[in-house]
Amino acid sequence: MSNVRVLVGTRKGAFILSSDGKREKWDVSGPHFAGWEIYHMKGSPVDPNRIYASQTSGWFGQIIQRSDDGGKTWFQPGTPAGESTGTPEEMPKGESNKFVYDTSEETGKPLTTHQFYDGTPKPWEFKRVWHLEPSLDDPDTVYAGIEDAALFRSTNGGQTWQELPGLRGHGTGSQWQPGAGGLCLHSIILDSANRDRIFVAISAAGAFRSDDAGATWKPINQGLHSQYIPDPNAEVGHCVHHIAKHPSNSDVLFMQKHWDVMRSDNAGDTWTEISGNLPTDFGFVIDVHAHEPETIYVVPIKSDGEHFPPDGKLRVYRSRTGGNEWEALTNGLPQSNCYVNVLRDAMAIDSLDSCGIYFGTTGGQVYGSADAGDTWAPIVRDLPAVLSVEVQTLK
Amino acid sequence: MIVVALPAHLRALAGITGDVQLEIDGPVTRHSVLDALEARYPMLRGTIRDHVAGARRPLLRFFACGEDVTHEAADAPLPEAIASGAEPFFIIGAIAGG
Repeated sequence: MSNVRVLVGTRKGAFILSSDGKREKWDVSGPHFAGWEIYHMKGSPVDPNRIYASQTSGWFGQIIQRSDDGGKTWFQPGTPAGESTGTPEEMPKGESNKFVYDTSEETGKPLTTHQFYDGTPKPWEFKRVWHLEPSLDDPDTVYAGIEDAALFRSTNGGQTWQELPGLRGHGTGSQWQPGAGGLCLHSIILDSANRDRIFVAISAAGAFRSDDAGATWKPINQGLHSQYIPDPNAEVGHCVHHIAKHPSNSDVLFMQKHWDVMRSDNAGDTWTEISGNLPTDFGFVIDVHAHEPETIYVVPIKSDGEHFPPDGKLRVYRSRTGGNEWEALTNGLPQSNCYVNVLRDAMAIDSLDSCGIYFGTTGGQVYGSADAGDTWAPIVRDLPAVLSVEVQTLK
Repeated sequence: MIVVALPAHLRALAGITGDVQLEIDGPVTRHSVLDALEARYPMLRGTIRDHVAGARRPLLRFFACGEDVTHEAADAPLPEAIASGAEPFFIIGAIAGG
């Protein structure tokens, strides 16, 4: 029988939620790395016991953690043999936290400026890793989306990191500016049908695509309309909150933008709005059903100023038509006095036959549904604010 | 008659739907535009610039005819298209919802 493992990153540590395929009874382990912000954890699709975690702190900076036994034990990759990585507070003795923009003449791009909130130029400066995306083919290869926005890759299991500088340096960087969370590269999609194709999204720059394994990039924001930026139809500058894709289709993408839910049928070359009958089209998460490529999920949030569900009702909305026609999923979710948020990387979907959906809230709840969203139940209620949720389906 | 476009949160605060039309006597500058705006909508005082020093709030920017004039002098004349009302003067809020 299959099992599932839900990886939860929070403001104050990581938690691992485990269950069998029924997804009724859960074992909770954690906090791992107690007291640290865990922006993201994700397992390798090749070796599920290989899990990467981004552990970060305003006091201590960035640490990359790795587990090779499904989250039972962790270490900082690259630590010399015989050296201890015994406590989460120990800083790396290798270079696993060394994210240095590639400015070399041979392979890099100059370190230029992006915009600050008020439009003044600000030099790129590494702050943290927002998202880790393990390779589809090699457990030792993993991509990191960082703040200030850039894409890095490790090919030795997280021991060392190299920037793919074509993204930061492709030419529009001077027009990128941070959202409230920072100038972050928060979404990375590796295309299982086309190994040379990578999609990323940056707040607030937009979505980008590479068709040559990350060497060169093009903005893919045509059709996005953002009234709150100087040029609402600009090539870049859009606050894309998250993008999602079904593995079976290389060309269909879904996007939750600052405002507006969007889809593209040509790998991002053009976008059309699919907000339809949603109560509000502001939100952060968007995800796709494991077996139905036209079934998608969002959690509408009232507005950019009021980061909580409309009317105090926590509702997941599902469209079975690829957008525009949405139904509220409420069974088991609080329908009064609920004022939490669901952040951009805090929804995940397992691949069991009856598709499971999980999301975490800033109130510390992680909700799960074992029937594609028809009914929900809290797995845990009182964690620190949830930053990210990923799920592994274990055979 | 000049036209001012406000970000959504300031429109909501002032109870405004759509753009604002203002009459300005004398030179049309950012300073005079904001004076006229605050006179019409007193609840906006302190939201765009500091009450005392007049310093711009850091999450707001100003655009005129597609140009970022945020860091121009407050008493610099705005383009004729703004002064004539042909183009709106944009006050834009930073994307601070992420």
